[in-house]
Amino acid sequence: MIRKLALLSLLPLMAMLNGCKLVVLSPSGDIASQESHLLIVATALMLIIIVPVILLTIFFVWRYRASNEKATYAPEWNHSTGLELVIWGAPLLIIIALGLITWITTHTLDPYRSLDRISAQQPLPADVKPLTVEVVALDWKWLFIYPDLGIATVNELAAPVNVPIRFKITASNVMNSFYIPALAGQIYAMPSMQTKLHAVINEPGQYEGFSANYSGAGFSHMRFKFLGMSQQDFDHWVQAGKAHKNELTREAYLTLEKPSIKDPVQFYGSVTPELFSAVINRCVDSKDMCKSQMAAIDAKGGLGLGGIDALASKPSPYAALFDGSALKKQVVVSQLCTAKEAVLRE
Amino acid sequence: MSSTDTSSRFYVLESHPENGSLLGFWLYLMSDCLIFACLFAAYAVLGHNYAAGPSGADLFNLPIVALNTALLLLSSITYGFAMLQMQKKDLSKTIKWLAITGLLGAGFIFFELSEFSELIADGAGPGRSGFLTSFFALVGTHGLHVSFGIIWLVTLIFQLKKHGLTTENKRRLMCLSLFWHFLDVVWIGVFTFVYLMGVLS
Amino acid sequence: MFANLNLTQLIFGRLTLESIPYHEPILLATFAVVALGGIAFLGSMTYFKLWGPFWRDWVTSIDHKRIGIMYIVLGIIMMLRGVADALLMRAQQVLSFGDSAGFLPPHHYDQLFTVHGVIMIFFVAMPFVTGLMNYVVPLQIGARDVAFPFLNNFSFWMTAYGAVLVMISLFVGEFARTGWLAYPPLSGILASPDVGVDYWIWALQIAGVGTLLSGVNLIVTIIKMRAPGMTMMKMPVFTWTALCTNILIVMAFPVLTAVLAMLSLDRYVGTNFFTNDLGGNAMMYVNLIWIWGHPEVYILVLPIFGVFSEVVSTFSGKRLFGYTSMVYATVVITILSYLVWLHHFFTMGSGASVNSFFGITTMIISIPTGAKLFNWLFTMYRGRIRFELPMLWTIAFMITFVIGGMTGVLLAVPAADFVLHNSLFLIAHFHNVIIGGVVFGSLAGITYWFPKAFGFKLIRFWGMCSFWLWTIGFYLAFMPLYVLGLMGVTRRLSHFEDPTLQIWFIIAAIGAVMIFLGIVCFVIQIVVSILRRESFKDVTGDPWNARTLEWSTSSPPPDYNFAFTPKVYELDAWADMKKHGYVRPETGFRAIHMPKNTAAGFAIASFSSACAFGLIWHMWLLVIVSFVATLVAVIVHTFNYKRDYYIPADVVAKTEAARTALLVSHVH
Repeated sequence: MIRKLALLSLLPLMAMLNGCKLVVLSPSGDIASQESHLLIVATALMLIIIVPVILLTIFFVWRYRASNEKATYAPEWNHSTGLELVIWGAPLLIIIALGLITWITTHTLDPYRSLDRISAQQPLPADVKPLTVEVVALDWKWLFIYPDLGIATVNELAAPVNVPIRFKITASNVMNSFYIPALAGQIYAMPSMQTKLHAVINEPGQYEGFSANYSGAGFSHMRFKFLGMSQQDFDHWVQAGKAHKNELTREAYLTLEKPSIKDPVQFYGSVTPELFSAVINRCVDSKDMCKSQMAAIDAKGGLGLGGIDALASKPSPYAALFDGSALKKQVVVSQLCTAKEAVLRE
Repeated sequence: MSSTDTSSRFYVLESHPENGSLLGFWLYLMSDCLIFACLFAAYAVLGHNYAAGPSGADLFNLPIVALNTALLLLSSITYGFAMLQMQKKDLSKTIKWLAITGLLGAGFIFFELSEFSELIADGAGPGRSGFLTSFFALVGTHGLHVSFGIIWLVTLIFQLKKHGLTTENKRRLMCLSLFWHFLDVVWIGVFTFVYLMGVLS
Repeated sequence: MFANLNLTQLIFGRLTLESIPYHEPILLATFAVVALGGIAFLGSMTYFKLWGPFWRDWVTSIDHKRIGIMYIVLGIIMMLRGVADALLMRAQQVLSFGDSAGFLPPHHYDQLFTVHGVIMIFFVAMPFVTGLMNYVVPLQIGARDVAFPFLNNFSFWMTAYGAVLVMISLFVGEFARTGWLAYPPLSGILASPDVGVDYWIWALQIAGVGTLLSGVNLIVTIIKMRAPGMTMMKMPVFTWTALCTNILIVMAFPVLTAVLAMLSLDRYVGTNFFTNDLGGNAMMYVNLIWIWGHPEVYILVLPIFGVFSEVVSTFSGKRLFGYTSMVYATVVITILSYLVWLHHFFTMGSGASVNSFFGITTMIISIPTGAKLFNWLFTMYRGRIRFELPMLWTIAFMITFVIGGMTGVLLAVPAADFVLHNSLFLIAHFHNVIIGGVVFGSLAGITYWFPKAFGFKLIRFWGMCSFWLWTIGFYLAFMPLYVLGLMGVTRRLSHFEDPTLQIWFIIAAIGAVMIFLGIVCFVIQIVVSILRRESFKDVTGDPWNARTLEWSTSSPPPDYNFAFTPKVYELDAWADMKKHGYVRPETGFRAIHMPKNTAAGFAIASFSSACAFGLIWHMWLLVIVSFVATLVAVIVHTFNYKRDYYIPADVVAKTEAARTALLVSHVH
């Protein structure tokens, strides 16, 4: 009922905008659909206050204009408890409603939460096997790794329709935001951290994906195609990918990590296992200490004075973009060479 | 036209608003407190990020810290004595106790600088890890404040010599007093949360 | 040879001839225009022998009225620069589709959106509200100046120098390419090794010190210097909003100081606050910067709410409806503004419970804000509304701001924010509330208090042109952005692939041009009014038949504001005085204690800014020398105990007599 009323109130505006593709309001993925529905409901709730306020403003301005001698002039009237109760109470009621909606939808649409349905019409099958995709936001392209399928791509993502997708997301050097408007909401991609997004695409098609957080010189071209396909087409896509000779080894990743703009779509027929974990832990270069190991060491109180010098200095990842004289080196902690160092405490 | 009698109730002939220096200084001090709060927060977030390097337990020299704490706390007491002498309107004793305060403060800075330089020489400088970054920032900012306090104190001694215990100078002494004791309180936070808890972890 | 190299480095740091962008045609053209204008300005100052008066009466002035005017002039000048940046961005976004890359490479475009935001927030909006508060508050509370007049002057010059640093970055080096809040790791030393982020850091640090001290100043002024009888609940609403704003300033700006210092340590010393590899945490920056950032936008809008309260009440010819609830609403907004900061990064993955909490607190703020709006509405109810320009701006605000507020509450729902964060919908929202709120309110306030400050009104015709161009221009420029946001377009893009977007950018560009013309009309309005000031003269000091104490003085007020400090019995003290047939005293004046002008504020600000410039370019010799000079200047200033003087009683009597004559001439 509320949804119908909400749509009714927004009908004129939507009619006007019919020509353009408002993907946020007509997406193709269930999570995005629920989010767009939320937008409409919230807007409608607020219009209950906003429209009368605007109309009242125009009415009062017209009626109480100085040239209108007929209107009552009550220069000393400046207080009314009843009116104050309405003024504070009506918005409070709307906000309580909106607050409840907020609490509920923030939890149900939490990107970290596994899906509990495929769409409004389709519940989650009991035997569903989600598709896992690992995402790395690089400078300035997107790397997608399919760990269970053994392939990886640059700037092209595909998924079968009506199969839950589990994204695990990180970045190489700077903050980005992983966003496919037709599919689901966005979530930040941050270096040395993993964020997650659960989503499902309900209709086959080609959709836009990009970074929604400015990340430097190549940001405007950091776009990728997201392809929703039938299971059969998706399997063909995977097979075609596997046929590529390129391997995403550690060296290949380190090359890919270098800054570049407008990268063409690329496929890797095989991926080094645990590569994504190495990316998150910033130890794709095996000379560097993994963050997970560093965290374990730090939890025990660090390596003591002996660990002070366990550093290495490398060229800045942005070396190619700036005049050399300005450049600082990137300093990292080196991998432990010997077991002895691991026990070293003081 | 009404008689001026009715009008004169709408103004006063003399008006001397209260001096706002102490309130103003308090407000500034609380804003400074917020800066320290941010630095404490940074230490809370980064304080265990040793980057596989040394921790507080490895680096902190508690005897020196105890010495520094004693120096600073004592300097607060001597500043208190200076203020008592100010109340008694004894200029020379006020200056004497101020000078002792300044010397104690300078001692604090001396030992802190030597602690810092030793750490840096060993490679455990502020760039080594998140922990050391937040340590140097917090303790260093406190030391910077003490240093500025000493400069202020010396300047004030010269001004006392020049003008004596005027109302203005007494106000300045009160402000410096607030500043000095505030730094003492911050130090108590520092040595508790940074040094003592760092060594215990 | 080696020693020579070191000396050049020591003096010039990384500043070289290559730092001057003489191969950028747009910048060269801009420089030519600025240089010509600058020469014309400097030439006229010299020709009309204005340097002396400029130094004596303005640069060294500690008078809150002059300082307030200077803040507003600064804001207007920087608004012209900020809108020029906006026009360039709009033009690029119209042109850059498919194979066309527009005319601005990302290197230039990315500086534009960064500097546009920095200028508009720090050097247009802040100076406008600070200028209005500085000018009006002491007059409204019956005081002769602020609590710390020297500090006031110093605060102004620090803000001005922050703007100067940003302007210098146009011709010497470049500005940051990070967005107006410069998140690391992008703003760290690895991804941004050049001077841009350093300009950003130091311009903000310098201006931030000025603002913080201004905050302390105005709080003490309001607490300690109110006229006898003016209890807190008898203060004008504008003074209440000023008090709450300055409390926000004192509680928020230290966080900015701290986080900027942390970023600068990361860049200069190699610390690890926000780095990826040695134990830093970039998310901590995001939190800290927004713990400052959200109160900052309330710092901008609360004084504006105060302006609207004064304007609506005056031009409806009625007392403000619900004064007590207005005060409570302001205080509630002040407190709540500290509990919402995370709504700026719902998408950073803080978890559903944390996100919900901050979403709900954000929504709660709309309740007192709505209450204020309703109170203005019911002030108009059964009033006699006069459509003077300040009232027109206010009506436009009321309609525009509620739309922006609605989209704000929409963005406050985390799951909705997931699809709208960082999109053009967000850009539309905050321009909606900042233009509809802060800009419309600043223009209303400037127009409202202009006659008080200068003794003549602003001409209505050019003001109407400005009003309509601004209002229609705003809707044309930003409503398309809501649509674009819903089409999935994100912010800060300098190139697009989808041609169906173009029509919306074209409409937005037309709107931007209209806004620019609106600003030009506003400037023309001021110039024409000055040239024809005799015909717009106000001799009464109260051209609007207003209600608060500032309108009891002459226009402009004398240096000492009030010959005798007013005594207050009621809210809307001046209206009360008029009602009881108040007559100005004409005899019995006494000598008035006043603070002296001083060059110390300007000097200390100049030395600190030289230090900042040196830090930006790694000119370590300059840094050391100017830092020592700053310290010495401060210490020398503290040795100055003779900072005041007395205006003799006969001078006061003469000034008051001149006003009496003026008032009498008006009646005849």
